[in-house]
Amino acid sequence: MSVKKFVVGCFDDEKTLFPAVKNTRKAGYKIHDVYTPFPIHGLDHAMGLRDTSLHTAGFIYAMTGTTTALTFMSWVFTKDWPLNIGGKPHLPLPAFIPIVFELTVLCAAVGMVLTFCYLCQLAPFVTKDHFHLRATDDLFVMPIEVTDKTNVEEVKAFFQNAGAVEVFEKEAETGWWLGRYDKAKKAFEKEEIVTA
Amino acid sequence: MALKEQFEIPGGLKKWSYALMGVGVLTLILGVVFLHPFSAGHGEGHGAEAYGATKFWMALMHNGIFWLLVVAASFFFISATTLAQAGWPLVFRRVPEAISGGINVLGPIALVILLGYVWISKDHHIYHWKDVEHVKHDEKLLHKSGFLNPMFYTILSVTAVGLWMWFRHSFRKLSLAEDLAQKGERSHYWKSLAIAAAFLVTYGLTVLSTLPWMWLMSIDAHWYSTMYSWYTFASSWVAGISLIMLFVVYLKNQGYLEYVNEEHIHDIGKFMFAFSVFWTYLWFSQFMLIWYSNQPEETAYFVDRLGYGGKGEGIFRGIFLLNLIINFLAPLLILMRRGSKRNYTVVTLMAVIIIFGHWLDFYQMITPGPLKELGKESNSISHFVFSLGVGAGFLGLVIFLTAKHLTKAPLLPKNHPLVKESIIHHT
Repeated sequence: MSVKKFVVGCFDDEKTLFPAVKNTRKAGYKIHDVYTPFPIHGLDHAMGLRDTSLHTAGFIYAMTGTTTALTFMSWVFTKDWPLNIGGKPHLPLPAFIPIVFELTVLCAAVGMVLTFCYLCQLAPFVTKDHFHLRATDDLFVMPIEVTDKTNVEEVKAFFQNAGAVEVFEKEAETGWWLGRYDKAKKAFEKEEIVTA
Repeated sequence: MALKEQFEIPGGLKKWSYALMGVGVLTLILGVVFLHPFSAGHGEGHGAEAYGATKFWMALMHNGIFWLLVVAASFFFISATTLAQAGWPLVFRRVPEAISGGINVLGPIALVILLGYVWISKDHHIYHWKDVEHVKHDEKLLHKSGFLNPMFYTILSVTAVGLWMWFRHSFRKLSLAEDLAQKGERSHYWKSLAIAAAFLVTYGLTVLSTLPWMWLMSIDAHWYSTMYSWYTFASSWVAGISLIMLFVVYLKNQGYLEYVNEEHIHDIGKFMFAFSVFWTYLWFSQFMLIWYSNQPEETAYFVDRLGYGGKGEGIFRGIFLLNLIINFLAPLLILMRRGSKRNYTVVTLMAVIIIFGHWLDFYQMITPGPLKELGKESNSISHFVFSLGVGAGFLGLVIFLTAKHLTKAPLLPKNHPLVKESIIHHT
């Protein structure tokens, strides 16, 4: 990934954040991401994010589990090692269903957790820049990416009008690196803080 | 915003409910003429004609019990959401309130049917335990006779239905009084919470346990299943939610319920989806354990429905499997996507399918046992059509009663403390 330049606006309330996000999109600025202390209903919609495909992935994992369980058990009990259990048929579908169900749930659950971690780049020792030490703690942080067409002063003024409690420029790494948050030094590097 | 909050019955709805009730009444008259409901049954005629009374009462019991439980499920919905202090259903809560008003009519009708069969009809192919002579030689029924006897049956049924009517009446009174009270008045809210809690306990002791034993499971009195009451409840409950969905979508189409949007539809859709799966879970748990342990006295129930050794039991094998397809596979696959739960057409279609599916489920709970005794000559398809006709009458009655109750109150309980939460609801 690469180092990019951002203008970061920090808000202390959901009520000021929401209109700010909407107006930012209306003004045509490019929102990098919004960091919040808690999940906010409807924020994804306001940011214009598309619906996640995680559930489609979940369905595919579930179907994988179903077919694995069904094919394996039918193969074992009809071809590989047929056993007579209590006079039941060799292909006792009702008896298979609990196991099929469990493997379906297991595959869907584990697959979705791993996919979620991959999509969000969450893993032990994977570190990312969160733009502000208090981001996701008690501050709502919205970085706007500075492109060739962006007028930095204009964006700062925009943030201040929108009710930001803190506005600053920052160059940040957008990708992840190996490290530990409690030993991070990068977060404390040069920051130009303008208090509104 | 000018709210269209007072419901007026459109002519079309009135016409449909009258037409459906007409079909029901016509079927009933034909039944009385051709099936001799008050004869002793095997005394007159031969073959299929001889068991007319059994067929007549079976169709009445099937529809009477099914529609009463579906309508009562609406009040269960209100009570459960009220007790959970859930805000989201408030913008359409007057709809289940109106549907549950049907208990006041369908309850007495069901009681008349059930008690009429137990006390007046001379037939005893549905409830063997009411045949005193037979019970004397039947060890199992003799053991159960402290519980399975007409007097206990009557007391339990009347008490249960009476209690539901009383709880529903008190709740509705509070809900209407709240509309006229000052804004910020909380006493109605807390009182309705108490009523909801008491009703849920009552419902748990009736529909979730004892009533299905008496009303339905005692048809196959030698057989028993500990899952049965939950299974019956799940069936009526998911059908009840679908009925709420149908009325909400209907009112929305007519331009009422302005505050209801996809978010609310989505949540009712989730209930339909989740409880279809819940029904299947109970259905399967009951079936699989009996199938696996393979005890003759337990499998008898499923042999009547599924057939044995490749020989189907009339139309019941088909109904049994169709049941699983339209009550489990269809809701599972069609309602799984978020988009389909928010699509008015899809949820309406699924609600109709689910209601019909669970009507069918009740049909196959009640009829195979008695019909089996009537032998091969008993044409079960003609009985199915008869039951369908009676069912149409009950459906018309439900539509008529709901529409009537909807006109009696504004569609938004505007003084309820959680109503704003419902309006801004986000799924």
